[in-house]
Amino acid sequence: MTEPVITVAHGVVGYDGRPVLRDVSLAVDTGEVVAILGANGSGKSTLIRAVLGLVPLHSGSVALFGTPLRRFRQWKRIGYVPQRLGAGGGVPATAREVVASGRLARRGVLRPPGRADRVAVDAALASVGLADRAGDPVATLSGGQQQRTLIARALAGEPELLVLDEPTAGVDAASQEAFAGALRGFLDGGGTVLLVAHELGPLRPLISRAVVVHQGGIAHDGAVPEPAGHHADPDHDHVHPHAPDEPAGLWSS
Amino acid sequence: MELFQYPYMQRALIGALVIGLAAPALGIYLVQRRLALIGDGVGHVALTGVGAGLLLNRSPVLVAVVVATLGAVAIELVRARGRTSGDLALALLFYGGIAGGVMLVGLSDATSANLNAYLFGSLTTISPQDLTTIVVLGAAILVTMLALRPALFAVCHDEEYARVAGLPVRALNLLLAVGTAVTVTIAMRAVGVLLISALMVVPVATAQQVTRGFRATMTAAMALGLFAAGSGVWVAANADTAPGASVVLLAIASFLAVAVVAAAWRALRRRRAEAGTPAPEPHEVVLR
Repeated sequence: MTEPVITVAHGVVGYDGRPVLRDVSLAVDTGEVVAILGANGSGKSTLIRAVLGLVPLHSGSVALFGTPLRRFRQWKRIGYVPQRLGAGGGVPATAREVVASGRLARRGVLRPPGRADRVAVDAALASVGLADRAGDPVATLSGGQQQRTLIARALAGEPELLVLDEPTAGVDAASQEAFAGALRGFLDGGGTVLLVAHELGPLRPLISRAVVVHQGGIAHDGAVPEPAGHHADPDHDHVHPHAPDEPAGLWSS
Repeated sequence: MELFQYPYMQRALIGALVIGLAAPALGIYLVQRRLALIGDGVGHVALTGVGAGLLLNRSPVLVAVVVATLGAVAIELVRARGRTSGDLALALLFYGGIAGGVMLVGLSDATSANLNAYLFGSLTTISPQDLTTIVVLGAAILVTMLALRPALFAVCHDEEYARVAGLPVRALNLLLAVGTAVTVTIAMRAVGVLLISALMVVPVATAQQVTRGFRATMTAAMALGLFAAGSGVWVAANADTAPGASVVLLAIASFLAVAVVAAAWRALRRRRAEAGTPAPEPHEVVLR
Protein backbone atom coordinates (compact mmCIF):
# COMPACT_ATOMS: atom_id res chain seq x y z
CA MET A 1 0.00 0.00 0.00
CA THR A 2 1.52 3.28 -1.10
CA GLU A 3 1.04 6.57 0.69
CA PRO A 4 -1.90 8.71 -0.47
CA VAL A 5 -0.86 11.63 -2.67
CA ILE A 6 -2.87 14.05 -0.53
CA THR A 7 -3.92 13.55 3.06
CA VAL A 8 -5.95 16.13 4.95
CA ALA A 9 -6.73 15.17 8.55
CA HIS A 10 -9.20 17.20 10.61
CA GLY A 11 -8.32 20.39 8.75
CA VAL A 12 -9.76 23.63 10.13
CA VAL A 13 -9.33 26.94 8.30
CA GLY A 14 -10.70 30.32 9.29
CA TYR A 15 -10.43 33.84 7.96
CA ASP A 16 -10.59 36.58 10.61
CA GLY A 17 -12.01 34.19 13.15
CA ARG A 18 -14.81 33.08 10.84
CA PRO A 19 -14.50 29.34 10.19
CA VAL A 20 -14.48 28.42 6.50
CA LEU A 21 -13.55 24.77 6.81
CA ARG A 22 -14.34 22.75 9.91
CA ASP A 23 -12.85 19.37 10.59
CA VAL A 24 -12.30 18.30 6.98
CA SER A 25 -10.58 15.00 6.24
CA LEU A 26 -9.73 13.85 2.75
CA ALA A 27 -7.36 11.40 1.11
CA VAL A 28 -6.50 11.23 -2.58
CA ASP A 29 -4.64 8.19 -3.94
CA THR A 30 -2.38 7.89 -6.96
CA GLY A 31 -4.27 7.87 -10.26
CA GLU A 32 -7.49 9.25 -8.82
CA VAL A 33 -9.34 12.20 -10.32
CA VAL A 34 -11.15 13.85 -7.46
CA ALA A 35 -13.59 16.69 -8.08
CA ILE A 36 -14.44 19.01 -5.20
CA LEU A 37 -17.95 20.28 -5.77
CA GLY A 38 -20.05 22.76 -3.91
CA ALA A 39 -21.80 26.09 -4.05
CA ASN A 40 -19.96 29.38 -4.03
CA GLY A 41 -18.72 30.17 -0.56
CA SER A 42 -18.91 26.53 0.56
CA GLY A 43 -15.14 26.46 1.17
CA LYS A 44 -14.12 24.32 -1.79
CA SER A 45 -11.44 26.69 -3.06
CA THR A 46 -10.19 27.19 0.47
CA LEU A 47 -9.76 23.42 0.75
CA ILE A 48 -7.33 23.19 -2.16
CA ARG A 49 -5.56 26.36 -1.09
CA ALA A 50 -5.02 24.78 2.30
CA VAL A 51 -3.72 21.61 0.62
CA LEU A 52 -1.13 23.73 -1.21
CA GLY A 53 -0.17 25.71 1.87
CA LEU A 54 -1.51 28.97 0.44
CA VAL A 55 -3.77 29.46 3.45
CA PRO A 56 -2.64 28.36 6.90
CA LEU A 57 -4.42 25.59 8.76
CA HIS A 58 -5.91 26.55 12.08
CA SER A 59 -5.61 22.99 13.26
CA GLY A 60 -5.33 19.56 11.74
CA SER A 61 -2.70 18.51 9.22
CA VAL A 62 -1.98 18.23 5.51
CA ALA A 63 0.52 15.82 3.96
CA LEU A 64 1.63 15.67 0.32
CA PHE A 65 3.16 12.44 -0.98
CA GLY A 66 3.40 11.26 2.63
CA THR A 67 5.39 14.30 3.78
CA PRO A 68 3.85 16.83 6.18
CA LEU A 69 3.26 20.11 4.34
CA ARG A 70 5.66 21.95 6.65
CA ARG A 71 8.56 19.79 5.51
CA PHE A 72 7.40 19.25 1.92
CA ARG A 73 9.97 20.50 -0.60
CA GLN A 74 9.33 18.44 -3.76
CA TRP A 75 7.15 21.07 -5.38
CA LYS A 76 8.15 19.89 -8.84
CA ARG A 77 5.77 16.96 -8.27
CA ILE A 78 2.82 19.38 -8.15
CA GLY A 79 1.28 21.45 -10.91
CA TYR A 80 -1.05 24.22 -9.76
CA VAL A 81 -3.62 25.89 -11.99
CA PRO A 82 -5.14 28.98 -10.36
CA GLN A 83 -8.57 30.22 -11.27
CA ARG A 84 -7.29 33.26 -13.12
CA LEU A 85 -4.12 34.71 -14.41
CA GLY A 86 -2.51 36.56 -11.50
CA ALA A 87 -2.94 40.26 -11.05
CA GLY A 88 0.71 40.73 -11.98
CA GLY A 89 1.30 41.83 -15.52
CA GLY A 90 1.87 45.51 -15.95
CA VAL A 91 4.32 44.29 -18.58
CA PRO A 92 3.27 42.17 -21.57
CA ALA A 93 4.25 38.50 -21.50
CA THR A 94 3.82 35.91 -24.24
CA ALA A 95 1.96 32.66 -23.65
CA ARG A 96 5.29 30.86 -24.05
CA GLU A 97 6.92 32.99 -21.35
CA VAL A 98 4.10 32.27 -18.92
CA VAL A 99 4.24 28.53 -19.66
CA ALA A 100 8.04 28.57 -19.26
CA SER A 101 7.55 29.55 -15.59
CA GLY A 102 6.23 26.04 -15.13
CA ARG A 103 9.74 24.66 -15.55
CA LEU A 104 11.18 26.57 -12.60
CA ALA A 105 10.13 24.08 -9.95
CA ARG A 106 12.00 21.38 -11.82
CA ARG A 107 15.01 23.42 -12.92
CA GLY A 108 15.62 25.63 -9.91
CA VAL A 109 16.14 29.36 -9.73
CA LEU A 110 19.75 29.62 -10.82
CA ARG A 111 20.06 27.28 -13.78
CA PRO A 112 19.30 28.86 -17.18
CA PRO A 113 16.70 27.10 -19.34
CA GLY A 114 18.06 24.33 -21.55
CA ARG A 115 16.87 22.12 -24.37
CA ALA A 116 14.75 19.89 -22.17
CA ASP A 117 12.93 22.96 -20.88
CA ARG A 118 12.17 24.21 -24.39
CA VAL A 119 10.91 20.79 -25.46
CA ALA A 120 8.64 20.50 -22.42
CA VAL A 121 7.22 24.01 -22.94
CA ASP A 122 6.51 23.24 -26.61
CA ALA A 123 4.83 19.96 -25.69
CA ALA A 124 2.70 21.62 -23.01
CA LEU A 125 1.55 24.36 -25.37
CA ALA A 126 0.71 21.77 -28.03
CA SER A 127 -1.21 19.60 -25.56
CA VAL A 128 -3.68 22.42 -24.87
CA GLY A 129 -3.84 23.42 -28.54
CA LEU A 130 -2.04 26.75 -28.19
CA ALA A 131 1.13 26.01 -30.17
CA ASP A 132 0.15 28.62 -32.77
CA ARG A 133 -0.46 31.29 -30.12
CA ALA A 134 2.82 30.77 -28.24
CA GLY A 135 4.24 34.15 -29.26
CA ASP A 136 1.09 36.15 -28.56
CA PRO A 137 0.77 38.31 -25.43
CA VAL A 138 -1.48 36.50 -22.94
CA ALA A 139 -3.51 39.65 -22.46
CA THR A 140 -4.74 39.34 -26.06
CA LEU A 141 -5.94 35.73 -25.61
CA SER A 142 -9.54 34.90 -24.80
CA GLY A 143 -10.50 33.83 -21.28
CA GLY A 144 -10.52 30.19 -22.30
CA GLN A 145 -7.16 30.47 -23.97
CA GLN A 146 -5.69 32.17 -20.91
CA GLN A 147 -7.00 29.32 -18.79
CA ARG A 148 -5.39 26.84 -21.17
CA THR A 149 -2.12 28.78 -20.87
CA LEU A 150 -2.23 28.28 -17.11
CA ILE A 151 -2.90 24.56 -17.56
CA ALA A 152 0.03 24.34 -19.98
CA ARG A 153 2.21 26.10 -17.39
CA ALA A 154 1.34 23.42 -14.83
CA LEU A 155 1.84 20.58 -17.34
CA ALA A 156 5.22 21.97 -18.48
CA GLY A 157 6.68 21.03 -15.11
CA GLU A 158 5.78 17.36 -15.75
CA PRO A 159 4.06 17.04 -12.37
CA GLU A 160 2.60 13.92 -10.78
CA LEU A 161 -0.30 15.78 -9.18
CA LEU A 162 -2.38 18.48 -10.83
CA VAL A 163 -4.39 20.80 -8.60
CA LEU A 164 -6.88 22.96 -10.47
CA ASP A 165 -9.14 25.71 -9.15
CA GLU A 166 -12.30 25.95 -11.28
CA PRO A 167 -10.53 25.16 -14.55
CA THR A 168 -13.73 25.31 -16.59
CA ALA A 169 -15.53 28.28 -15.04
CA GLY A 170 -16.56 30.69 -17.75
CA VAL A 171 -14.51 28.88 -20.38
CA ASP A 172 -15.76 28.41 -23.95
CA ALA A 173 -16.65 24.97 -25.26
CA ALA A 174 -13.57 24.65 -27.47
CA SER A 175 -11.31 25.36 -24.52
CA GLN A 176 -13.21 22.92 -22.29
CA GLU A 177 -12.72 20.18 -24.88
CA ALA A 178 -9.03 21.07 -25.28
CA PHE A 179 -8.69 20.98 -21.52
CA ALA A 180 -10.43 17.60 -21.20
CA GLY A 181 -8.08 16.24 -23.88
CA ALA A 182 -4.98 17.56 -22.07
CA LEU A 183 -6.24 16.08 -18.81
CA ARG A 184 -6.81 12.70 -20.46
CA GLY A 185 -3.21 12.73 -21.71
CA PHE A 186 -1.98 13.59 -18.21
CA LEU A 187 -4.00 10.74 -16.68
CA ASP A 188 -2.71 8.26 -19.26
CA GLY A 189 0.76 9.14 -18.00
CA GLY A 190 -0.25 8.01 -14.49
CA GLY A 191 -1.08 11.42 -13.03
CA THR A 192 -3.35 12.29 -10.11
CA VAL A 193 -5.82 15.19 -10.22
CA LEU A 194 -7.59 17.26 -7.61
CA LEU A 195 -9.89 19.87 -9.05
CA VAL A 196 -12.47 22.30 -7.83
CA ALA A 197 -15.47 22.64 -10.07
CA HIS A 198 -18.83 24.25 -10.02
CA GLU A 199 -20.07 22.03 -12.80
CA LEU A 200 -18.27 19.22 -14.55
CA GLY A 201 -19.31 19.57 -18.19
CA PRO A 202 -17.09 17.56 -20.55
CA LEU A 203 -14.91 16.52 -17.58
CA ARG A 204 -17.61 14.30 -16.08
CA PRO A 205 -16.41 11.02 -17.67
CA LEU A 206 -12.89 11.60 -16.34
CA ILE A 207 -13.85 12.08 -12.69
CA SER A 208 -13.36 9.02 -10.50
CA ARG A 209 -14.67 10.48 -7.25
CA ALA A 210 -16.59 13.51 -6.11
CA VAL A 211 -16.28 15.32 -2.79
CA VAL A 212 -19.06 17.74 -2.00
CA VAL A 213 -18.23 20.58 0.35
CA HIS A 214 -21.17 22.20 2.07
CA GLN A 215 -20.93 24.92 4.69
CA GLY A 216 -17.31 24.13 5.47
CA GLY A 217 -17.77 20.39 5.92
CA ILE A 218 -17.70 17.39 3.60
CA ALA A 219 -21.28 16.45 2.77
CA HIS A 220 -20.53 13.66 0.32
CA ASP A 221 -17.47 11.61 -0.66
CA GLY A 222 -17.96 8.96 -3.33
CA ALA A 223 -19.59 8.55 -6.70
CA VAL A 224 -20.19 11.59 -8.88
CA PRO A 225 -23.70 12.78 -8.05
CA GLU A 226 -26.19 12.75 -10.91
CA PRO A 227 -27.57 16.17 -11.75
CA ALA A 228 -30.96 16.63 -10.12
CA GLY A 229 -33.98 18.75 -10.89
CA HIS A 230 -33.62 21.34 -13.59
CA HIS A 231 -29.87 20.67 -13.71
CA ALA A 232 -30.63 17.28 -15.28
CA ASP A 233 -32.36 18.86 -18.22
CA PRO A 234 -30.00 18.53 -21.20
CA ASP A 235 -31.08 21.97 -22.34
CA HIS A 236 -30.38 23.46 -18.93
CA ASP A 237 -28.42 26.57 -19.45
CA HIS A 238 -25.60 26.97 -16.94
CA VAL A 239 -25.73 30.70 -16.74
CA HIS A 240 -25.31 31.06 -13.00
CA PRO A 241 -21.76 30.04 -12.14
CA HIS A 242 -20.87 33.27 -10.41
CA ALA A 243 -24.16 34.24 -8.87
CA PRO A 244 -23.33 35.55 -5.40
CA ASP A 245 -26.09 34.02 -3.31
CA GLU A 246 -26.93 30.87 -5.14
CA PRO A 247 -28.76 28.41 -2.92
CA ALA A 248 -27.11 25.03 -2.50
CA GLY A 249 -30.19 23.43 -4.12
CA LEU A 250 -28.36 20.72 -5.97
CA TRP A 251 -26.64 19.31 -2.90
CA SER A 252 -28.99 20.16 -0.06
CA SER A 253 -31.89 18.02 -1.24
CA MET B 1 32.13 67.03 -28.86
CA GLU B 2 35.50 68.21 -27.53
CA LEU B 3 33.88 68.51 -24.09
CA PHE B 4 34.14 64.73 -23.80
CA GLN B 5 37.94 65.02 -23.78
CA TYR B 6 37.66 66.17 -20.17
CA PRO B 7 37.82 63.31 -17.66
CA TYR B 8 34.85 64.66 -15.67
CA MET B 9 32.66 64.52 -18.77
CA GLN B 10 33.87 61.01 -19.57
CA ARG B 11 32.97 59.96 -16.04
CA ALA B 12 29.57 61.60 -16.39
CA LEU B 13 28.93 59.75 -19.64
CA ILE B 14 30.07 56.34 -18.35
CA GLY B 15 28.10 56.76 -15.14
CA ALA B 16 24.97 57.77 -17.04
CA LEU B 17 25.27 54.85 -19.47
CA VAL B 18 25.68 52.28 -16.68
CA ILE B 19 22.65 53.68 -14.86
CA GLY B 20 20.66 53.96 -18.09
CA LEU B 21 21.22 50.25 -18.66
CA ALA B 22 20.75 49.01 -15.08
CA ALA B 23 17.74 51.08 -14.00
CA PRO B 24 15.21 49.71 -16.54
CA ALA B 25 16.57 46.16 -16.08
CA LEU B 26 15.36 46.36 -12.49
CA GLY B 27 12.47 48.73 -13.11
CA ILE B 28 10.69 46.27 -15.38
CA TYR B 29 10.01 43.98 -12.41
CA LEU B 30 8.61 46.88 -10.42
CA VAL B 31 6.35 47.88 -13.32
CA GLN B 32 5.19 44.29 -13.74
CA ARG B 33 4.25 44.26 -10.08
CA ARG B 34 2.51 47.60 -10.41
CA LEU B 35 4.91 49.12 -7.93
CA ALA B 36 6.25 51.65 -10.41
CA LEU B 37 6.61 54.43 -7.87
CA ILE B 38 8.35 52.38 -5.19
CA GLY B 39 11.68 53.69 -6.48
CA ASP B 40 10.56 57.17 -5.55
CA GLY B 41 9.82 56.05 -2.01
CA VAL B 42 13.18 54.36 -1.63
CA GLY B 43 14.80 57.47 -3.06
CA HIS B 44 13.25 59.57 -0.30
CA VAL B 45 14.65 57.18 2.27
CA ALA B 46 18.06 57.26 0.58
CA LEU B 47 18.16 60.99 1.14
CA THR B 48 18.29 60.37 4.88
CA GLY B 49 21.32 58.20 4.18
CA VAL B 50 22.93 61.04 2.25
CA GLY B 51 22.29 63.38 5.16
CA ALA B 52 23.76 60.89 7.62
CA GLY B 53 26.79 60.40 5.38
CA LEU B 54 27.42 64.14 5.11
CA LEU B 55 26.96 64.58 8.84
CA LEU B 56 29.31 61.73 9.75
CA ASN B 57 31.81 62.66 7.03
CA ARG B 58 31.45 59.26 5.41
CA SER B 59 30.78 58.64 1.71
CA PRO B 60 27.17 59.80 1.26
CA VAL B 61 26.58 57.27 -1.52
CA LEU B 62 27.68 54.28 0.56
CA VAL B 63 25.71 55.37 3.64
CA ALA B 64 22.73 55.96 1.37
CA VAL B 65 23.04 52.40 0.00
CA VAL B 66 22.82 51.05 3.55
CA VAL B 67 19.94 53.28 4.64
CA ALA B 68 17.99 52.80 1.39
CA THR B 69 18.42 49.03 1.66
CA LEU B 70 17.01 49.07 5.18
CA GLY B 71 14.13 51.24 3.96
CA ALA B 72 13.41 49.03 0.95
CA VAL B 73 13.42 45.88 3.09
CA ALA B 74 11.05 47.57 5.52
CA ILE B 75 8.73 48.53 2.64
CA GLU B 76 8.83 44.97 1.31
CA LEU B 77 7.99 43.53 4.73
CA VAL B 78 5.05 45.94 5.01
CA ARG B 79 3.91 44.98 1.52
CA ALA B 80 4.13 41.25 2.22
CA ARG B 81 2.11 41.60 5.44
CA GLY B 82 -0.98 42.86 3.68
CA ARG B 83 -2.26 46.02 2.18
CA THR B 84 -4.64 47.63 4.60
CA SER B 85 -2.19 49.74 6.55
CA GLY B 86 0.57 49.44 3.96
CA ASP B 87 -0.30 52.70 2.24
CA LEU B 88 0.04 54.72 5.39
CA ALA B 89 3.20 52.94 6.46
CA LEU B 90 4.73 53.73 3.10
CA ALA B 91 3.72 57.38 3.33
CA LEU B 92 5.34 57.64 6.78
CA LEU B 93 8.53 56.10 5.44
CA PHE B 94 8.63 58.37 2.39
CA TYR B 95 8.11 61.65 4.16
CA GLY B 96 10.14 60.60 7.16
CA GLY B 97 12.94 59.80 4.73
CA ILE B 98 12.97 63.13 2.95
CA ALA B 99 12.46 65.19 6.11
CA GLY B 100 15.24 63.27 7.83
CA GLY B 101 17.50 63.88 4.85
CA VAL B 102 16.87 67.60 4.72
CA MET B 103 17.35 67.90 8.47
CA LEU B 104 20.59 65.91 8.60
CA VAL B 105 22.04 67.75 5.62
CA GLY B 106 21.14 71.01 7.39
CA LEU B 107 22.92 69.86 10.57
CA SER B 108 26.08 69.04 8.66
CA ASP B 109 28.43 71.61 7.18
CA ALA B 110 27.12 70.86 3.72
CA THR B 111 25.69 73.66 1.62
CA SER B 112 22.37 73.69 -0.19
CA ALA B 113 24.36 73.00 -3.35
CA ASN B 114 25.27 69.64 -1.81
CA LEU B 115 21.62 68.88 -1.15
CA ASN B 116 20.66 69.92 -4.67
CA ALA B 117 23.27 67.55 -6.08
CA TYR B 118 21.37 64.67 -4.55
CA LEU B 119 17.87 66.01 -5.13
CA PHE B 120 18.37 66.68 -8.82
CA GLY B 121 21.56 64.83 -9.67
CA SER B 122 25.02 66.08 -10.41
CA LEU B 123 26.62 63.92 -13.05
CA THR B 124 29.51 66.26 -13.73
CA THR B 125 30.79 66.15 -10.14
CA ILE B 126 31.18 62.37 -10.09
CA SER B 127 34.56 61.52 -8.59
CA PRO B 128 36.62 58.54 -9.81
CA GLN B 129 35.65 56.66 -6.61
CA ASP B 130 31.98 57.46 -7.24
CA LEU B 131 32.33 56.09 -10.75
CA THR B 132 33.87 52.86 -9.46
CA THR B 133 30.93 52.46 -7.05
CA ILE B 134 28.44 53.12 -9.84
CA VAL B 135 30.07 50.70 -12.30
CA VAL B 136 30.52 47.86 -9.78
CA LEU B 137 27.02 48.12 -8.29
CA GLY B 138 25.42 48.74 -11.69
CA ALA B 139 27.07 45.65 -13.14
CA ALA B 140 25.94 43.61 -10.14
CA ILE B 141 22.34 44.76 -10.64
CA LEU B 142 22.48 44.04 -14.36
CA VAL B 143 23.90 40.53 -13.95
CA THR B 144 21.42 39.63 -11.19
CA MET B 145 18.37 40.94 -13.01
CA LEU B 146 19.31 39.15 -16.23
CA ALA B 147 20.44 35.87 -14.68
CA LEU B 148 17.40 35.54 -12.42
CA ARG B 149 14.90 36.71 -15.03
CA PRO B 150 12.82 33.51 -15.17
CA ALA B 151 12.44 33.33 -11.40
CA LEU B 152 11.86 37.05 -10.89
CA PHE B 153 9.38 37.06 -13.77
CA ALA B 154 7.48 34.17 -12.18
CA VAL B 155 7.33 35.85 -8.77
CA CYS B 156 6.26 39.23 -10.15
CA HIS B 157 3.78 37.70 -12.59
CA ASP B 158 1.97 35.34 -10.22
CA GLU B 159 3.29 35.24 -6.68
CA GLU B 160 0.94 32.48 -5.54
CA TYR B 161 1.95 30.22 -8.38
CA ALA B 162 5.59 30.90 -7.58
CA ARG B 163 4.99 29.79 -3.99
CA VAL B 164 3.42 26.53 -5.11
CA ALA B 165 6.34 26.04 -7.51
CA GLY B 166 8.56 26.07 -4.42
CA LEU B 167 10.47 29.21 -5.42
CA PRO B 168 12.12 31.16 -2.59
CA VAL B 169 9.52 33.90 -2.98
CA ARG B 170 10.49 35.87 0.10
CA ALA B 171 14.19 35.82 -0.76
CA LEU B 172 13.48 36.92 -4.34
CA ASN B 173 11.24 39.74 -3.12
CA LEU B 174 13.91 40.91 -0.71
CA LEU B 175 16.50 40.68 -3.47
CA LEU B 176 14.31 42.93 -5.58
CA ALA B 177 13.94 45.36 -2.67
CA VAL B 178 17.70 45.47 -2.11
CA GLY B 179 18.27 45.81 -5.85
CA THR B 180 15.86 48.75 -5.91
CA ALA B 181 17.74 50.43 -3.09
CA VAL B 182 21.11 49.95 -4.79
CA THR B 183 19.82 51.17 -8.15
CA VAL B 184 18.19 54.20 -6.58
CA THR B 185 21.35 55.12 -4.74
CA ILE B 186 23.61 54.96 -7.76
CA ALA B 187 21.01 56.66 -9.96
CA MET B 188 20.77 59.41 -7.37
CA ARG B 189 24.13 60.77 -8.54
CA ALA B 190 22.90 60.91 -12.12
CA VAL B 191 19.32 62.12 -12.08
CA GLY B 192 18.68 62.91 -8.43
CA VAL B 193 16.28 61.58 -5.82
CA LEU B 194 13.30 63.35 -7.34
CA LEU B 195 13.78 61.91 -10.84
CA ILE B 196 14.96 58.37 -10.05
CA SER B 197 11.76 56.55 -10.82
CA ALA B 198 11.77 58.06 -14.30
CA LEU B 199 14.81 56.05 -15.39
CA MET B 200 13.42 52.83 -13.90
CA VAL B 201 9.92 53.21 -15.29
CA VAL B 202 9.77 55.42 -18.37
CA PRO B 203 11.91 53.21 -20.67
CA VAL B 204 9.77 50.21 -19.69
CA ALA B 205 6.57 52.13 -20.35
CA THR B 206 7.95 53.19 -23.73
CA ALA B 207 9.02 49.68 -24.71
CA GLN B 208 5.82 47.91 -23.73
CA GLN B 209 3.76 49.99 -26.12
CA VAL B 210 5.20 48.02 -29.00
CA THR B 211 6.54 44.75 -27.54
CA ARG B 212 4.68 41.47 -27.17
CA GLY B 213 6.72 39.64 -24.57
CA PHE B 214 8.57 40.22 -21.33
CA ARG B 215 12.04 39.47 -22.65
CA ALA B 216 11.56 41.76 -25.65
CA THR B 217 10.28 44.51 -23.34
CA MET B 218 13.31 44.16 -21.09
CA THR B 219 15.77 44.30 -24.00
CA ALA B 220 14.05 47.28 -25.59
CA ALA B 221 13.76 49.12 -22.26
CA MET B 222 17.49 48.67 -21.61
CA ALA B 223 18.29 49.97 -25.09
CA LEU B 224 16.00 52.96 -24.54
CA GLY B 225 17.57 53.65 -21.14
CA LEU B 226 21.01 53.57 -22.71
CA PHE B 227 19.87 55.91 -25.46
CA ALA B 228 18.23 58.39 -23.08
CA ALA B 229 21.28 58.43 -20.80
CA GLY B 230 23.80 58.85 -23.61
CA SER B 231 21.89 61.45 -25.57
CA GLY B 232 20.86 63.26 -22.37
CA VAL B 233 24.47 63.76 -21.32
CA TRP B 234 25.37 64.82 -24.85
CA VAL B 235 22.56 67.38 -24.99
CA ALA B 236 23.48 68.63 -21.52
CA ALA B 237 27.11 69.08 -22.51
CA ASN B 238 26.28 70.95 -25.70
CA ALA B 239 23.30 73.00 -24.58
CA ASP B 240 24.62 73.49 -21.03
CA THR B 241 21.46 72.10 -19.41
CA ALA B 242 21.12 70.03 -16.24
CA PRO B 243 22.20 66.48 -17.19
CA GLY B 244 19.70 64.65 -14.99
CA ALA B 245 16.74 66.62 -16.27
CA SER B 246 17.96 66.26 -19.87
CA VAL B 247 18.17 62.48 -19.52
CA VAL B 248 14.66 62.26 -18.09
CA LEU B 249 13.14 64.65 -20.62
CA LEU B 250 14.68 62.64 -23.47
CA ALA B 251 13.26 59.43 -21.99
CA ILE B 252 9.82 61.02 -21.84
CA ALA B 253 10.21 62.41 -25.37
CA SER B 254 10.91 58.88 -26.63
CA PHE B 255 7.82 57.68 -24.81
CA LEU B 256 5.67 60.26 -26.59
CA ALA B 257 7.30 59.59 -29.95
CA VAL B 258 6.75 55.84 -29.64
CA ALA B 259 3.17 56.39 -28.44
CA VAL B 260 2.36 58.50 -31.49
CA VAL B 261 4.02 56.10 -33.93
CA ALA B 262 2.39 53.05 -32.32
CA ALA B 263 -1.06 54.66 -32.38
CA ALA B 264 -0.66 55.61 -36.03
CA TRP B 265 0.50 52.10 -36.89
CA ARG B 266 -2.42 50.52 -35.05
CA ALA B 267 -4.89 52.81 -36.79
CA LEU B 268 -3.39 51.91 -40.14
CA ARG B 269 -3.57 48.21 -39.38
CA ARG B 270 -7.15 48.49 -38.17
CA ARG B 271 -8.16 50.21 -41.36
CA ARG B 272 -6.49 47.44 -43.34
CA ALA B 273 -8.12 44.75 -41.17
CA GLU B 274 -11.57 46.30 -41.56
CA ALA B 275 -11.21 46.02 -45.31
CA GLY B 276 -10.11 42.38 -45.05
CA THR B 277 -10.98 39.75 -42.43
CA PRO B 278 -13.77 40.20 -39.87
CA ALA B 279 -12.82 41.22 -36.34
CA PRO B 280 -12.10 38.39 -33.86
CA GLU B 281 -14.76 37.35 -31.39
CA PRO B 282 -14.80 39.29 -28.12
CA HIS B 283 -13.37 37.58 -25.04
CA GLU B 284 -15.60 35.10 -23.28
CA VAL B 285 -14.29 36.23 -19.93
CA VAL B 286 -13.40 39.74 -18.94
CA LEU B 287 -10.47 39.79 -16.56
CA ARG B 288 -10.85 41.77 -13.40
